[in-house]
Amino acid sequence: MKRDPGLYDYLPYTRRPKIEWPGGARVAFWVAPNIEFYELEPPKNPSRTAWPRPVPDVLGYSYRDYGNRTGFWRMLEAMDRCGVRGSVSLNVAVCDHHPEVIEACAKRDWEFYSHGTYNTRYVFNMREDQERSLIQDSIDTIRKHTGQKLDGWLAPALTYTDRTLELVAEMGLSYICDLFHDDQPGPVKTSKGRLASIPYSLEMNDVIAYNVNLVSPRHYGEILRRQFDRLYVEGAESGTVMCIPLHPYLVGWPYRIKAFADALRYITGHDKVWLATGREIARHFIEHYYDAFATAAQPVGEAP
Amino acid sequence: MAISDDYLEYPRRRHGMDHERYDWSVLPRRAKVTWPGGARIALWVVTALEWFPLDMKGQPFKPPGALITAYPDLRHYTLRDYGNRVGIFRVMQALDRHGIRASTAINAAVAARYPALVGECTARGWEILGHGLDMDHLQYEGLPVAEEKALIAKSLATLQEVSGQRVRGWLSPARSESRATPDLIAEAGLDYLCDWANDDMPYPFRAGGRTIHAMPHSPDLDDFAILVNNHHGEDEFRDQLVDQFDALYAEAATQGGRIMAISLHPWIIGQPYRIGALESALAHFAKRPGVWPATGAEILDAWLAQRTDQGAATA
Repeated sequence: MKRDPGLYDYLPYTRRPKIEWPGGARVAFWVAPNIEFYELEPPKNPSRTAWPRPVPDVLGYSYRDYGNRTGFWRMLEAMDRCGVRGSVSLNVAVCDHHPEVIEACAKRDWEFYSHGTYNTRYVFNMREDQERSLIQDSIDTIRKHTGQKLDGWLAPALTYTDRTLELVAEMGLSYICDLFHDDQPGPVKTSKGRLASIPYSLEMNDVIAYNVNLVSPRHYGEILRRQFDRLYVEGAESGTVMCIPLHPYLVGWPYRIKAFADALRYITGHDKVWLATGREIARHFIEHYYDAFATAAQPVGEAP
Repeated sequence: MAISDDYLEYPRRRHGMDHERYDWSVLPRRAKVTWPGGARIALWVVTALEWFPLDMKGQPFKPPGALITAYPDLRHYTLRDYGNRVGIFRVMQALDRHGIRASTAINAAVAARYPALVGECTARGWEILGHGLDMDHLQYEGLPVAEEKALIAKSLATLQEVSGQRVRGWLSPARSESRATPDLIAEAGLDYLCDWANDDMPYPFRAGGRTIHAMPHSPDLDDFAILVNNHHGEDEFRDQLVDQFDALYAEAATQGGRIMAISLHPWIIGQPYRIGALESALAHFAKRPGVWPATGAEILDAWLAQRTDQGAATA
C-alpha cells in the first residue's frame, strides 16, 4: 500500500494560472445526479457488505428504488425549470433496468458518465482484467444506449484499486470526479492520456448532507446558496467550479424538492455562471489549462 | 480477498426490477387517481404503539427505539411506554380536532397488556394494523419460516380478539422482512403491506400466489427519523411536514390525488413540548380545501376502485 496516492502535485490555490471560463463566467456550475441501481440480493464482496441489515434489506433497497420510480421525476422538473442539464453519474445497468429514465435524460441532451455497473458491485480487490472489463462495460453500454462517448468516471460506491485512475485514463476517459482536494480542475498524474480531476463536492452531495450530516432540507438549500456565493466571489479572480451531486432518492422527496429548486433558481439567476456539464468543463480545462497547471505545480516532498 | 469472475456477471440485468415482487413503474406516467369528494390529498396518519421488553435481545439488529443500557434499562423502557400511557392521548386529541382517524400499528403485546388503549383506538374508528408481537421479535431471513408464520398468526389473532376488527394491513417491526414475509402476510389473508418505501402511492405486489398491495408508509416524514435520528428541532419537524404537504398538494393539481403519509411514535411526538409541532402542521393542512383524512384501508379501497390495470406495469 502507498502512503500517498501519487495522483497530483501541490499547487497552492492562490498561485495558479488564471482560469477563464467561456463567456467570462466566474463559476462553472454543474449538477451531477447519480442515477443508480442497488440490487436486492447482490453477491457478497469481501471488502464491503452491501446492506446494513440482513438480506433482504427491504427498507434500504426500497428507499433507493424510490429515486427511480418517484424522486427522479421531481428532480427533473426542478432542473428543467432552470434550464440546467444534468451530467448523469450512471450505474450503467440502469440502461437495461430503466431505459425510460435514460431516455428522459437523453432527450434533454444531458451527459452520461459512469458510476460503474451497479452501486452494489465494488471495485476493491479486483484484478486488472476484471477492472478493465468493468470499465469497458460502461464504455459499451453508454455508447449503445445513448450514442455518447464515455468521458467521465466516478467510481461505483466510491470503491477503487490503486490502478483505477490509470486504467480510466488509458481507456480513453478524460475526467474523474473521485478527488475532493480542490475547487478548481487539476491534472491527474497518469502514465497515459490527459486526465482531469473535476470538482465534485462531497459537501454539496445530498447523501452527505442528508444521510451523514443529517441537515434539514431548508438548511441544505442554505448550504447550496452559501457555497455558490463564495465561489462566485472568488471566481472573479480565477474561474471556480461548483458541483451539486444529487441522488433522486433523497433530493426528490416532496419535502426536500423545494429547497433544492429554490437554490437552483437562485444560482441560475446570476449572470457569469456557466451552466456546463462535466465533459464541457473537462474539455475546456484540458485544452487551455492542463499543461499550465501541470507545469506550475510543485512535486510533493517525501514525508519524513 | 480475490474477487471471483462471476462477480462481474449479472443474471438479473434486464428491463424492470431485479426481483419478481412488483413491476417497475414511473409515478408521473400513471393514470390519475381521484379521491372521494375530489380531494387532492389523502391524509394518512400512522401511529405505532410499541412495547420494547425490558430483557430485549435486539436480534438480528436493534430496531429503532431499542433499549440502550445494560439490563435493566428502566429509563428507555419507561420512556417508550410513556407513549402508550400519555403521549398517544395528546396525539388523539390533536387528530380528533381535525376529524382524522389514524391507522395504528400495534404490537400484539401492547394489545394484550393494554386492551383499554385498543378500545380508545377502535372507539375513534381507527384502523388496527398488524405490527408483530413486540419490538424484540423481528422478522428476518434466518428466522425459521414456521416461526415467522406463527408469529404473524399470533399477532393477528391477538389484535382481532382485542379489537374486534379484521386486520387488513401489516407493518413489520422496524420494517424488517425475511424473504418469506410478503407471502406469509398474503397467506394470512391481509390486503396490504407497509414496509416498502419506494413509492408515494399504492402499487400491486405479488405475494403468496396472489396480488396484495404496498402502501406508502413514510420512512422520512416520521418523528423518529426527524426528531431522534436527525436531531432536528420541533419547528423543523413542522416545516418538513408542511413542505411535504405543500409539494404534494401542488403536484396533485396536475398529476391526480396524492397521499400525505405521516408516521408517528407517541413516545416521541407526544411529549408536551413537541405535540404543538404536529398540531401546527395539521392546522396548516386544514386551511386547504380538498384534504381527505382516511385510514390506509380506506385509501387503498378508493385507489383500487379506480384501477383497471392492476398488476400491470405502467412505465
